[in-house]
Amino acid sequence: MTQKGVTLNTNSHKIKFARSFIRTLLKMRKNAPSSSSIEEIRKRSQRIKIAAYSSIAHAVGSRRAWSRAILFKLRNRARHHGMMRRRSMKKRVVKNDPPGDQSKANKLRQLVPGGKAMDMCSLLEETAHYIRCLSTQVKVMQTIADHFSK
Amino acid sequence: MSSRRSRSRQPGGSRITDDQINDLVSKLQQLLPEIRDRRSDKVSAANVLQETCNYIRNLHREVDDLSERLSGLLATTDTAQAAIIRSLLMQ
Repeated sequence: MTQKGVTLNTNSHKIKFARSFIRTLLKMRKNAPSSSSIEEIRKRSQRIKIAAYSSIAHAVGSRRAWSRAILFKLRNRARHHGMMRRRSMKKRVVKNDPPGDQSKANKLRQLVPGGKAMDMCSLLEETAHYIRCLSTQVKVMQTIADHFSK
Repeated sequence: MSSRRSRSRQPGGSRITDDQINDLVSKLQQLLPEIRDRRSDKVSAANVLQETCNYIRNLHREVDDLSERLSGLLATTDTAQAAIIRSLLMQ
């Protein structure tokens, strides 16, 4: 699922993310226009959340370790749900932490997709990129929600 | 800056210098609203990492909240509103 023409330009990520995410939302609306029970809304919010992370990962493409980790996870999730967890546990090694900051860095590893397998430099680089994309994601979702509420 | 490059210097990790780490940490600091404006020599690396974790957790929480909000809104939107959203695709 490699994306062509991926740049580091955050604005192009933003547009790609928005398009793909809005498309998914409209599809969800079309497929279940009258479902409004609390249970349905809860289930759908879970699907929307997954769609949001999936869309941003697709927008970034496979150049980044964090987006690759999301795409990999989603692909496996789609194929064989539960198996994924067990497989991702092994072979992950923590590398090159300066002593002292180790526990903080490990906390960060839990939060950045694919972080467990990264050395310190990659972790910092990927985190910076992930943060930028994540805040873009939040801003776009906010804008869409505001449009919906009008 | 590519992750590919940083992976190639991974084995052993001896070539990763403190300068490189410090440089990356201060780049990270620039992205954090809470400590962005503080002088970088006043903020420890551990501090930046802690704030980074907090910030990411906040963003994740915002995604959760917005997903919930959108899910609720999706149940109540009419066709006109859907058309407005669709028109966002054209921008």
